[in-house]
Amino acid sequence: MRVVWLVLCRELGAYFRSYMGCIILAVVLLVDGLLFNVYAIGGGSKYSAEVLRQFFYFSSGTTMIASIFLTMRLLAEERQMGTMVLYTTSPVKDSQVVLGKFLSAFLFLCLLTLLTLYMPLLIFVNGKVSMGHIFGGYLGLLCLGSAALAIGMFGSSLAQSQIIAAIISAAILVAMLLFWLLATVTEPPLSGLFSYLALHNKHFFPFMKGTVNTRDLVYYLSVTWFFLMVSTRVIEARRWR
Amino acid sequence: MLEVEGLTKYFGHKKAVDQVSFRIEQGEIIGLLGLNGSGKTTLLRILAGSLLPTAGRVTIGGVDLLQEPHEVKKNLSFLPETPPLYSDMKVRSYLRFVGRLKGMDRGRLRDRLPVIEAQTAIEDVGEEIIGHLSFGYRQRVAIAMALLHEPKLLLLDEPASGLDPVQIVEMRGLIRSLRGNHTVILSSHLLPEISQICDRILMIQEGGIIGEGPEEELAQQFTRKIRVRMQARGERPEIEGCLRELPEIEEIEWVREEDGRSSFVASLSEDIRETISLKLASRGLGLLEMARTDLDLEVTFLRLMQKEEKPS
Repeated sequence: MRVVWLVLCRELGAYFRSYMGCIILAVVLLVDGLLFNVYAIGGGSKYSAEVLRQFFYFSSGTTMIASIFLTMRLLAEERQMGTMVLYTTSPVKDSQVVLGKFLSAFLFLCLLTLLTLYMPLLIFVNGKVSMGHIFGGYLGLLCLGSAALAIGMFGSSLAQSQIIAAIISAAILVAMLLFWLLATVTEPPLSGLFSYLALHNKHFFPFMKGTVNTRDLVYYLSVTWFFLMVSTRVIEARRWR
Repeated sequence: MLEVEGLTKYFGHKKAVDQVSFRIEQGEIIGLLGLNGSGKTTLLRILAGSLLPTAGRVTIGGVDLLQEPHEVKKNLSFLPETPPLYSDMKVRSYLRFVGRLKGMDRGRLRDRLPVIEAQTAIEDVGEEIIGHLSFGYRQRVAIAMALLHEPKLLLLDEPASGLDPVQIVEMRGLIRSLRGNHTVILSSHLLPEISQICDRILMIQEGGIIGEGPEEELAQQFTRKIRVRMQARGERPEIEGCLRELPEIEEIEWVREEDGRSSFVASLSEDIRETISLKLASRGLGLLEMARTDLDLEVTFLRLMQKEEKPS
């Protein structure tokens, strides 16, 4: 855990040192705030629970986009700058490096998500929603963010350029988002499979309503684990090249 | 200290390292000499555990690199040609990070940091951001990083690359000061870099070791032929025709022809300088100048490399 913590601290510091983190933070908060004003608060009278549901809906979009930007540099930049050799020639495991970097991005995402809390609290104070709904929604955002970050890590492990890394990650993310469309045009059992694999619809909608299902948690944890595992394998395989 | 046996590395069908075997004793400074693309960096990357070999065995301090990579990596340091520096970090924070990564505890790091900063003369930039430093300072920080955890084996890939003459002299002094305490392998495509620092030289060509030993030994090994520089009165065809009758003359390199005089260098299998002078005189080709000019290692190295280069 010492190595994971070490990598985590370095990368977390890098978000603030390079201003990249601050820019992402500012842009996401601005967009979330605007969307909250336009779609959630504006547009006629709504139930508080519906306003909160809409908040989590558009926040899921900004969370996924932020995840791609937060992870695109994590491994690609190391290759680009030639600093990966620090890890490959030190007594550390590739999985520790990947986990440390992932956790740094996840902690940053947690901070980013926490800073949006004033919006649900406004609804809580002025309307009628339960804390459970807010908690469930945020848990969903973090689960979705965790999966998107892991996909971003995988994209970053494949590319040397941060732009290419972001494009690869975005392509995988969009493909996984669109699985629900495939599910509507395919026959069982494929439709069931695509429906299950879809990153957003089936698994995130319950969180938006404040419902926490174990199967959805398991799904997001599985996606996170899978993409972190393949990212580690990609780095390991690079020792042959 | 370091034993390499039959090390081979393929990239696809391309053989980058070819059956390399050698042995290095504790405290030696070894130079890896070869042209760009000869396999030096690949070999160093394998020794550093950053790249896996296709075949062969590497043991460092009696521990197998492939079997126990973590144990070996505690005792080695690799400084590639492009130093692995985080330009957004402060020098001291960076060194602390690398030290911890290499397995140093906080106490040892606290004691070691001032020592290494003094040794590499970077005390005054400890709180500077690496990206704001000059190239020379960045190189010093990289050296400090490489020496911080007192590795038994230090691998330096073209450490003087990009440095100005003053910095090169400083770098040489620093590397020389490591003799005895650290085993150092330093790669370069420049012989002067290596000959002024190293105890022994490994000459590498197309991934294979083509020569090994101290500079003088290698020079003798590769310069068995006697080379004689001559100037004679006469045209090249006449002189060449005359000298070709002597089987001891293996090769003639023509240097210059002007005013009826020809300058050339002949490689001889035996010292037949007297025979040559008599032979030329007998044909009326007056010998104006004759001097033995055996090759130094640098010339031999260049010739050797050029000769073995495959035609494109």
